[in-house]
Amino acid sequence: MKPARFDYIRAETLAEAHAALAAHGGEARVLAGGQTLLPMLSMRLARPGVLVDIMRLHEIARYGIERDVIRVGAGVRQAQLQKMFELDKVQPLLAKALPWVGHAQTRARGTVCGSIAHADPSAELPLVLVALGGEVELSSARHRRKVAGEEFFTGPLSTARADDELVEAVTFPSRRPGYGYAFREFARRHGDFAIVACAAVARTDGARLAIGGVGDRPVAREFAQADRTSLTEALDAFSWELDARDDAHASAAYRRALVRQIGHAVIMEAEQCRV
Amino acid sequence: MHAVTDKPPGWLGRSVERLEDAALLTGAGRFVDDIAPPPGTLAAAILRSPRAHARIGAIAIDAARRLPGVAAILTGADVAAMSAPLAAGIKAPLECWPIAIDRARYVGEPVAVVVASDRYIAEDALDLIAVSYEPLPAVVDPIAAMQPTATLLHDKLGANIASDRSFCYGDPAAQFAAAATRIAVSVRYPRNSCTPIETYGVIAEYAASDDAYDVTANFMGPLSMHPVMARALRVPGNRLRLRTPPDSGGSFGVKQGLVPYIVLIALAARLAGRPVKWIEDRLEHLSASVSATNRVTKLAAAVDADGRVRALDWDQIEDVGAHLRAPEPAALYRMHGNLTGAYDIRHVCVRNRVVLTNKTPSGLNRGFGGPQVYFALERLMQRIARELGLDPLDVIRRNLVPTGAFPYRTATGGLLDSGDYAGAIERAVAQGTLAELRARRVNARGQGRLYGIGYAAVVEPSISNMGYITTVLTAQERARAGPKNGAFATATVAFDPLGCVSVQIASTPQGQGHRTVAAQVVADVFGLAPADVRVLGELDTARDAWSIASGNYSSRFAGAVAGAVHLAAQRLAAKLKRAAATQLNVAPDDVVFAGARAQARDNRDNAMAFSRLAAATHWSPGLMDAGDHALRETVFWTPPELAAPSDADAVNSSLCHGFIFDFCGIEIDRVTGAVRVDKYVTMHDCGRVLHPGMVAGQITGGFAHALGAALYEEFAYAPDGSFLSGTFADYLVPTAMEIPQPLMLHMETPSPFTPLGAKGVGEGNCMSTPVCIANAAADALGVDQVELPLLPARLAAHFHPREEFPKGTTAATAVAIGARQGDGAMTLHGRGVVEIARVPQDVWAMLLDAKTLAAIIPGAGAIEKLSETHFRVDVTLGVGPVRGDGHALVL
Amino acid sequence: MPRLSADRQHSVRFELNGREVEAQAEPRMLLSDFLRHVLAMTGTHVGCEHGVCGACTVEIDGMAARACLTLAVQVEGARVRTVEALAPGPGRLSILQEAFRRHHGLQCGFCTPGILMSLDIFLRAHPAPSEIDIREYLSGHLCRCTGYAPIVAAALDAAEKLREADIIG
Repeated sequence: MKPARFDYIRAETLAEAHAALAAHGGEARVLAGGQTLLPMLSMRLARPGVLVDIMRLHEIARYGIERDVIRVGAGVRQAQLQKMFELDKVQPLLAKALPWVGHAQTRARGTVCGSIAHADPSAELPLVLVALGGEVELSSARHRRKVAGEEFFTGPLSTARADDELVEAVTFPSRRPGYGYAFREFARRHGDFAIVACAAVARTDGARLAIGGVGDRPVAREFAQADRTSLTEALDAFSWELDARDDAHASAAYRRALVRQIGHAVIMEAEQCRV
Repeated sequence: MHAVTDKPPGWLGRSVERLEDAALLTGAGRFVDDIAPPPGTLAAAILRSPRAHARIGAIAIDAARRLPGVAAILTGADVAAMSAPLAAGIKAPLECWPIAIDRARYVGEPVAVVVASDRYIAEDALDLIAVSYEPLPAVVDPIAAMQPTATLLHDKLGANIASDRSFCYGDPAAQFAAAATRIAVSVRYPRNSCTPIETYGVIAEYAASDDAYDVTANFMGPLSMHPVMARALRVPGNRLRLRTPPDSGGSFGVKQGLVPYIVLIALAARLAGRPVKWIEDRLEHLSASVSATNRVTKLAAAVDADGRVRALDWDQIEDVGAHLRAPEPAALYRMHGNLTGAYDIRHVCVRNRVVLTNKTPSGLNRGFGGPQVYFALERLMQRIARELGLDPLDVIRRNLVPTGAFPYRTATGGLLDSGDYAGAIERAVAQGTLAELRARRVNARGQGRLYGIGYAAVVEPSISNMGYITTVLTAQERARAGPKNGAFATATVAFDPLGCVSVQIASTPQGQGHRTVAAQVVADVFGLAPADVRVLGELDTARDAWSIASGNYSSRFAGAVAGAVHLAAQRLAAKLKRAAATQLNVAPDDVVFAGARAQARDNRDNAMAFSRLAAATHWSPGLMDAGDHALRETVFWTPPELAAPSDADAVNSSLCHGFIFDFCGIEIDRVTGAVRVDKYVTMHDCGRVLHPGMVAGQITGGFAHALGAALYEEFAYAPDGSFLSGTFADYLVPTAMEIPQPLMLHMETPSPFTPLGAKGVGEGNCMSTPVCIANAAADALGVDQVELPLLPARLAAHFHPREEFPKGTTAATAVAIGARQGDGAMTLHGRGVVEIARVPQDVWAMLLDAKTLAAIIPGAGAIEKLSETHFRVDVTLGVGPVRGDGHALVL
Repeated sequence: MPRLSADRQHSVRFELNGREVEAQAEPRMLLSDFLRHVLAMTGTHVGCEHGVCGACTVEIDGMAARACLTLAVQVEGARVRTVEALAPGPGRLSILQEAFRRHHGLQCGFCTPGILMSLDIFLRAHPAPSEIDIREYLSGHLCRCTGYAPIVAAALDAAEKLREADIIG
């Protein structure tokens, strides 16, 4: 289990990173925390010709509140964001979901943007991004653009990022008055990728529920404020739309059942958390 | 027999700090990959079959051979030319090689070995080897494999059944006819493995001048595999020097599976003309090291109305995977003498079949045969209670071997050495507060929660009889082969010229603290402190005392090896006492060793330093008895109780039999189906306890393995034989968050058959815990059938509301969107549905057309038609960061 | 911008257990291999090479890190600590190491170096952890021998002793 050979570029400025990606395109991979890329390299599932290490770029190693969003730069590690002052007040959903991301030892190295860019359908941070309606900031030597989380994820491990683009930052909307947030996940072991993960945002006029671990990407759905019966039916329909599948750990029917039950519970919990 | 032995004064029985730990805690351990190999050592990497079953055509190695740094490439043809198959315990036309020769029979089977200057380059070279595979149908289910129409794994065998033996003890037919009822269970035990955190490692050298191999490997024994390896390498036994490193990172049986790799890497070293080192990686370990057997068992009991069992009828189908690898089918026979468990059942019939399937070959794994047997037996006891409307604990109690009946000869020939099963159960019920647990169940159920209680009573065999495996042979076959029996343990104790004590043991410790306990034993005999005694745990077959039974398996250390250490130390002590008697002017019997001194029993001032006495034997041999000057004693100890199987196939398969009684309360989550172990009580009688801390460690460690087997771990295979548990993200080893702390209870009835009265304790919970938890789950759900591992999805199926298809869809379309089967963990799948409005024959014709295939398979390049139904398609897959060129074969 | 070519060895300089070291590595060399086979620091063990088992955990710039998920070239200029640095001196053990020995928190000792490194970092940041805190943190490590209970006991005991030592010190 040793990686195939690659060149290693230690970018020292954002422009250098862009230039490297522009020069090597699909042959290059961005190396940030490395917590998912390194196993793929060692298993030789990924064989990039060039790795572009962006962890020395001070300009993207920051996070902070900008207007009504938390902007998290590409160099910010998951553990750093988890320790953000009053994160549970700034964005409760992030505070609730981050402890479910891997283990403390991988959060210490893994980056927030790296998890988003990797786009595992069972990962928590992509789910939170979609649930909150956050955005991905992509930059390259050519241009900069913002893509809504829902459009960024295009399939398992697949995103709207072009080969020369860097996920420079992601933005999570901050907590909004009157909104409630809840997160629940079921995995077979603590710290595993989810079999079903549910993130809900409750408003006065309804709720938004996002599901991870079931479809080929995190998927969100709006549920209008309605009585319990129609919510149950709507959740049932949602569970079928997710295209659940069987694997060694759980059946598709089981995943749908959890979407219905945990989805319901998490919406109710978000309702109760509204402040 | 009730008495708990009084703790003798001394070191044994105390939880002294381990002598091993200072090095291990500071990073100074010496594991196989830490040892500096000989200069010029090269690294090996192994190319493995991605297919469960295929004929191997050409293996193109030229490109790999040309890669700078590559020294040699070994394929099946080289291995066939240089060696012989690994011998097995069954006389059948089966050849077991350490590498695929012309045919791959499981995912992960070695196909080629690259030897290169380092592991990175060796893996680069693997990428450059092109193997032509012609796929064959794979069979993964043992029942399917037994069908006459099943694809054959080994053509010469003519079937996939390697052995089919029936046994009868007493008169079970009459008992079944006379009993009130026949109650049966039909169960499957899954595949799993204890996966030590350190993987396999081998460093091999070949000396052409001597035609001799020198191998260092973290092999755990049994050393009965040494002759198997020497024969495979086609050298006399004294030309295979096998050594083990000082430390080994856990084994639990699994490092017995090094045998084929020792042979393979030794051959690679010979071919390369240089020493070769191979360190297995985790992916190799999970897919292709070794697995416990999966087993399909039908077990029926002839039962009286009060739950008394008169007879058992066993039908066991053992799935050993793709090859019958020695010592298999031992897992099927290890429990033969105790197939009646903790129960007094005089009539037993057994049918044992050994079946081959396209899965990794099986081998030793903690519990070895026990989890499979007790899963059936203790599920049966619960079923009897359920069908007869009795309390499961009462059914257990009613059938126990009576207190006072020990040593008890079982129907199948086992000799249960000691115990008080009823007494142990009553203590556990009281000290583990079963009544309170029952109240908890009533309360939980009152709230609508799914709460269940499970029980398991288990006899834990240890110190296996080297002859038990021959029970698979008929009496005539055994007579021809010559009797096999016994269980040699060896130990050496010696003095050096400064009077210091050294001990060497052939138990190849894998982390259990053997060195500490051996030091305790010797310290007690000589009146020293354990830290004064140096114990070597590494084994060198060229220099040390060993026999075929040597090694670290069958929980044999405390009973056998520590006993041999004790006997060796006592022999030296007797000699020293005679020497001291002369100097102290007392009778030898009046010499006492205590406080690092030899002293007169009645006058402590009449004494000399122990080291001076022991050293004097070097400097003044005249002090010693004439003719017995040896300052070093080696003991070979084997118990007479371990006789060869009788002509009637009765076998005392193990020397010692500990007793375990477990009960637990579990709750199943109404939403997720996840099991929470609320309380777990485990009562052990493992004879005399030599080191309570280590006994506790064996119990908590075994419990963790067992909980993993019960709830999380499975080597899963898709129907086509692809392996679904290839990483530690797929094969789920429980963490500190999943393993609760069991309540451990003890009692001691010493074994009359071991020198120190100790029995094994390392494997029992792997036998008792999976079925105890399964019984609790069956109780919680009120169902007859539960399957391991207790996947939340499987349990939830019992109580999740029935799904209704969404409005606007039909069942067919809903199933099409919702229930596609069989994606492997590493399989990448596309989305989208191709609608083909044609009759099936047309679809089939289209799929058999190479051009059409190229059009509909994403990324398909060249397509080669191999036969009417087989195509080879070169595929480039690109999903996210994953880009790979591979050869996909489409059936 | 430094570009290290794939097929050459490159100098990597960093601080290892308080000492400046410099050695050569190809870009693809994993830190676990670099420590063990180039720098002969074999205390850091390799159990899975895909970041799950935690046996290779070391400290990089104050944070726990899987050495198998780190390239050697990534630690250029970093401060790295391994299990070899934990004991206060030859023949001595740290409070945490002593607690492991006292509680039989290890059997084969193969996973132990990673667990010790993780707990050493954790207990510095969380001097008074609860049992569940420790279990949750330990869930980033696999141990197959102990069943974890004695490790948890050792960690709780070490935390208490470290607090006492802190008060006295």
